[in-house]
Amino acid sequence: MKFLSEYRDQKAAEQLSQQIWKKVTRPWTIMEICGGQTHTIVKSGLEDLLPREITLVHGPGCPVCVTPIELIDKAVAIAHRPEVIFCSFGDMLRVPGSSKSLFDAKAEGADVRIVYSPLDALKLARTNPERQVVFFAVGFETTAPANAMAAWQADHDHIENFSLLVSHVLVPPAMEALLSSSNCVVQGFLAAGHVCTVMGYEEYFPIAEHYKVPIVVTGFEPLDILDGILMTVSQLEEGRHEVENQYARATRREGNRPAQERIIEVFEVVDRQWRGLGEIPASGFQLRGRFQKHDANRRFPFSGEAAHESPECISGLILQGIKKPHQCPAFAVKCTPENPLGAPMVSSEGACAAYYHYGRRQEHDRQANDRIQPELSGTPSR
Amino acid sequence: MCLAVPGRVVEIMDDGDIAFRRGRVDFGGIRKEVNLAYVPEAQIGKYVLVHVGFAISVIDEDEARRVFKYLEEIGGLKEELGEIPQ
Repeated sequence: MKFLSEYRDQKAAEQLSQQIWKKVTRPWTIMEICGGQTHTIVKSGLEDLLPREITLVHGPGCPVCVTPIELIDKAVAIAHRPEVIFCSFGDMLRVPGSSKSLFDAKAEGADVRIVYSPLDALKLARTNPERQVVFFAVGFETTAPANAMAAWQADHDHIENFSLLVSHVLVPPAMEALLSSSNCVVQGFLAAGHVCTVMGYEEYFPIAEHYKVPIVVTGFEPLDILDGILMTVSQLEEGRHEVENQYARATRREGNRPAQERIIEVFEVVDRQWRGLGEIPASGFQLRGRFQKHDANRRFPFSGEAAHESPECISGLILQGIKKPHQCPAFAVKCTPENPLGAPMVSSEGACAAYYHYGRRQEHDRQANDRIQPELSGTPSR
Repeated sequence: MCLAVPGRVVEIMDDGDIAFRRGRVDFGGIRKEVNLAYVPEAQIGKYVLVHVGFAISVIDEDEARRVFKYLEEIGGLKEELGEIPQ
């Protein structure tokens, strides 16, 4: 086994889909948290394998999408400083700030570099001691062990010219914020597999219990998602609301302890602004104690103009699962991956980007089918 | 951004300090250096899940087969009972 391609098998996917069809008796709305899962769903056309009773709504699990616009503006300002090498994951570069993106800054001559790992940024700091190397430490819990280690190694090896612009967010507080909102439509969750690989899933038991909502830790391949949906639907149909683990090949209940220990050593939990969602209490990480000397926020004071969002972008509603990307008037007209109004159109985990790249045609076909359907009355439903 | 890819550990470089423990991991022919600090149980030949240069989990190979065993069971049931009615 390669533990990858096997989970893309079409026949197995159809078998799982049949099991879902057998289970479902009434409408259910399920949210997949992670943008990676959204992309698998839309790219593989999984919604076409599901009974009409099941509605999938796409969650806020796209760190690029929820990074506040103020921080993008700050990143752009820091990147423009002549002594700075600004390093980021590639996803962040096109995200629009108030007036420009990091990509624009790069085009104007700023030294902005795409790195694969925060350790690559740290390496740049080691080899360029005369420059200030800043890493844009964005991400959910999955990325926290890597960013924590970069800060830890910088401290350990006294690499003074390395700092992090931290915008770390946490999944469980966002789930609670969604669930406690009055317009929440979500009845079951596919929890983000890799977030749980790091943190475990004990945090989700009180959420499942309090909100009476099934939570299934789910992987990222098509079979994982279908299996996760089957487990969620089974719970919903049977009136259960438990935490279950579909992704046991990579995720254990207690998570990755050594990673958690490093995270706790380096980061402390703080309130965080989420782009499109507002402030959520205790929903992010910030560098703590002795690691704060590597905090780019402190190293490069910033007093920019007040940030402003495009009034046409409805990303807040998209991230809460209230609207789908194609329901936005700007979608694919004024807002495209080349000229985005909001972050979900840019990120490889953004719902709008997924619909743009893979989903528009499907939605079009589905609407066409809806129009044809009445003429086919008498056709047995699957 | 939470993308993580499984690969097979082909070499482990241990300099003593666990925080700097590294390995070479094979992703279907492409080999990359990966930090192994968070998977002290990783061994050569085992599959690890890698995210932004860090292994965050060792793949449990028995669990990895669970969904296929389940499908086999359904398939077996199908053969015994004939086509399961829709």
